[in-house]
Amino acid sequence: MKYDVVIIGGGPAGLSAACAFERKKCLLIEREGRLGGILKQCVHDGFGVIRYGEKLTGPEYAERLIDQVLTKQNVEIALKTFVVSIEKEGDLFRLTLTSASGMRTVETDRLIMANGCRERTPRQVGIHGTRPAGLMTAGVAQNFVNLMGLLPTKRCVILGSGDIGLIMARRLTLEGAEVVGVYEAKQAPSGLARNISQCLNDFGIPLYLGKTVTRVFGDERVTGCEIASVDEGMQPVAGTEERIACDAVIVSVGLIPENELSETLGVPMDGATKGATVDQNMQTEVKGVYSVGNCLHVHDLVDYVSETAETAARAIERERSGGKRIAIGRKGFLYFVPQAIDTGDYDGTLTAYFRSAKETLRATLKVIVNGEERMRRRYHNLKPPEAEKLTIELSLAPDDRVEFELEEERDE
Amino acid sequence: MKTVEKIRKKILKAGIDGVTVTRHNGGICLSGEVGDYETVLEAGRLAVDKKHSRGVINDLRVKGEVENGMKVPCASDQSLDGRTPDVLVIGGGIVGCAILRALSRYEIEAMLIEKEYDVAVQQSSRNDGMIHAGIDLKPNSNKVKYNMRGNAMYDRLSAELDVPIDRCGQYVLFTAGWQRLIYPLIVARGRKNDIPLAYLGKKKMAEAIGSPGYGYGGFLCQGAGIVSPYLMTVALAENAVTNGCEVYLETAALSVENDGKRVTAVNTNRGRIYPKILINAAGVWADKIAETAGDRHFTLHPRKGEEIVLDKKARGFGKGVVGRFELKGSSGKNHTKGGGVIPTIDHNVLLGPSAYEVRDREDLSTTRAGIDAVFQKQKSSVTDLKQSDFITYFAGIRAATYEEEFVVERSPVIANLIQAAGIQSPGITAAPAIAEDVAKWVGEIFAEQNRPLAEKQNFNPYRKGIPSVQAMSKEERAELIRQNPDYGEIVCRCEEISKGEILDALRRPLASPTIDGVKRRVRAGMGRCQGGFCSPVVTALIAAECGIAPEQVTKKGGSSRLTLGRTEEEQ
Repeated sequence: MKYDVVIIGGGPAGLSAACAFERKKCLLIEREGRLGGILKQCVHDGFGVIRYGEKLTGPEYAERLIDQVLTKQNVEIALKTFVVSIEKEGDLFRLTLTSASGMRTVETDRLIMANGCRERTPRQVGIHGTRPAGLMTAGVAQNFVNLMGLLPTKRCVILGSGDIGLIMARRLTLEGAEVVGVYEAKQAPSGLARNISQCLNDFGIPLYLGKTVTRVFGDERVTGCEIASVDEGMQPVAGTEERIACDAVIVSVGLIPENELSETLGVPMDGATKGATVDQNMQTEVKGVYSVGNCLHVHDLVDYVSETAETAARAIERERSGGKRIAIGRKGFLYFVPQAIDTGDYDGTLTAYFRSAKETLRATLKVIVNGEERMRRRYHNLKPPEAEKLTIELSLAPDDRVEFELEEERDE
Repeated sequence: MKTVEKIRKKILKAGIDGVTVTRHNGGICLSGEVGDYETVLEAGRLAVDKKHSRGVINDLRVKGEVENGMKVPCASDQSLDGRTPDVLVIGGGIVGCAILRALSRYEIEAMLIEKEYDVAVQQSSRNDGMIHAGIDLKPNSNKVKYNMRGNAMYDRLSAELDVPIDRCGQYVLFTAGWQRLIYPLIVARGRKNDIPLAYLGKKKMAEAIGSPGYGYGGFLCQGAGIVSPYLMTVALAENAVTNGCEVYLETAALSVENDGKRVTAVNTNRGRIYPKILINAAGVWADKIAETAGDRHFTLHPRKGEEIVLDKKARGFGKGVVGRFELKGSSGKNHTKGGGVIPTIDHNVLLGPSAYEVRDREDLSTTRAGIDAVFQKQKSSVTDLKQSDFITYFAGIRAATYEEEFVVERSPVIANLIQAAGIQSPGITAAPAIAEDVAKWVGEIFAEQNRPLAEKQNFNPYRKGIPSVQAMSKEERAELIRQNPDYGEIVCRCEEISKGEILDALRRPLASPTIDGVKRRVRAGMGRCQGGFCSPVVTALIAAECGIAPEQVTKKGGSSRLTLGRTEEEQ
């Protein structure tokens, strides 16, 4: 069976991509039994403010996309279906799929990777000690609570001030569990300011900065953990250890874009985003492979996840042949997406997403073309945990050299 | 008396006083109080005299300290009370399970008890899974004898039990130029044990291991291989159960009763068992079992090893195991080959293990310093190892005797006792050979009682493993899904494990309906996300399959519940 487009992943990115196709015949592949991806378990609100102008819960946001995709005659949905492998033959991709109805092969020459991300595990951040039950990621805790109605802890420590960790601190408190505190190894919280306020401050949950969990205790179930201060190199400082009694340690220490499938196709990755290097249309350096949503880079807001997916879908529908690809020079950023511009399918408007390399009160973003500054834009209060979106008019010729530079402004 | 006096002087000369040296049960017994644990160990090592003593019985205590006892399962009932099996095996590690399987061939009632929630929970799942070539082992030792025999048995075992092995070879790197000069000696030692070696120069070695190494070349031991040690243990136990043996999990031997000539009973948390023959394969607790069984002549001192598991992506280096050549220290303190970079049969990479003495026999915790040291050490030979490839790490405890030797014997003191103790590396390799000898001794004891062992008419040496959809051809996989659609539905995305495989794990002859039990059998949760996506689904599958509430599902038995109740909305 041949499709115009195959979309891998039925979370917000995959759904948004599928919804944006008007003519192309698409196959949307989802591993789980229900569409919606991780939004299914995000029962808190705050989703969709930019896209829909209202605060929705995760499931509500997903529901809107699902309702829409179900009306589309050109989109076929394959649930409980897993991509075993992808072979590339010239411009053609041959996917081997497995599901309860058997093995099947589908072909396409446009692939949208919407694989989302996975959570960094406790071991990956150097939590030592024993291996009891009760040491889990925030996503697992969220799944237990919100999808299975199970309470994973009665008294826990949360490591990591990422958004999921903050949201779980509130969720578990509402379920009657005691959250001893949220510990963050960095000197600044990594979640959104509104989540610090609404999830911790409103519930009197303390946030400890510059501290981390170094080990857990307990043979069968967690009985406690050791907390230590960390130095600038993020290494625990001897002598600062304290032991806290708890039945769980829940870690929210970062998300890792899932690109194992893209890697099998040789898609080059950006070491900073841990996602593919893409052009403004979200096309990777492997022709016909697009990367959207959180597998491209970890977004703060689902609205922008949808946006990247739609950008890819529209580009595919336009059917313009690509032209010369200009790499974008990037300086002063934690990361900057896209990393290139395809001049063959570029309409003069560039949308980019970036995070600043460090916290700055005032900064200037400069757009430099062929060594000359074309425009500048000022920013206030940039923080690495909060991504910025930038849309500019920028006309370019195929041989132009483009650089984006973010410079901190210092008081004289 | 001469031996006792000699050892007493040796210990005194080392500056250790307060130690009483006596003869006991053919061994050398040390008692008294010393200042620290290092002294206990040193005195123990000094008391080794393989010629004149059966072993060191080290009863030295550290002033003011009490040794931690065995962790005992919380289950308590009388379900085994009064049972009179022909043979009772204590310990469900690879040695105990291999013994049970060897016995399952005969018309006898054989039973195995294991204190953990599954077999292969302690050292049998906490090692590097190597089928050792044996080059580093002392000639004429039990270790080398059982290693060489066991190694040779693995191909057949793999075929019968449907557990894959890979004879990937072991590349031993020289770490200094002078080591090349003693290569002929290494070859000669290898020849003694029938271990073929191949010399590799600097260039060839670098090619083979995919890394510059130390730049001095080294040699290849072709006979070395890898196996999943826990899957092999599970397979041995399953095959034994299929052939009529019994395995009881969460069942601990608390003490043994003997009348000076024979073992009469074994007290467990499930009642008193009266075996005709007792086999002690109790791992780190085997000396305690030996004591109450009436024949203690060795002492186990726990030696920890820590290992790192790397992502499958890290498998960029050559095909085989990469180790380094190390001479054992003359002090006898260097008891590791320095570990290595070891591919696993499931395509991950292991780094380690380390080796250091600890107090607690069941201290399975990892430490930051330990793991960092393992990484730095292995990085010196395979330079492109990356910390970002760590998936997880683990620790195990070796059951080391002071003689650093296996105790595999029919007891000369207690007529119905057989011991397989002090088994550390190369225990995985040695286990099938040890089992063969133990089964032979069981036959001897039966013959003495005029009950010659009869082979079962219907013994089935074959076990069919759980199908692995990920390893199948597309056609095979399609056919399997046609027969059972559950094999088409993927639950563990990292390792590509289907619902069908997980249900199989729960329906095997010996199941452990826990998250870790499933993981050990089919690898669900062993991938790079470490169960982040699949553990809630596996929890639900276990609950449904066992007919229990999801909040009753445990990670590893006992009180290790994953969740502690329902949320308020659900109540």
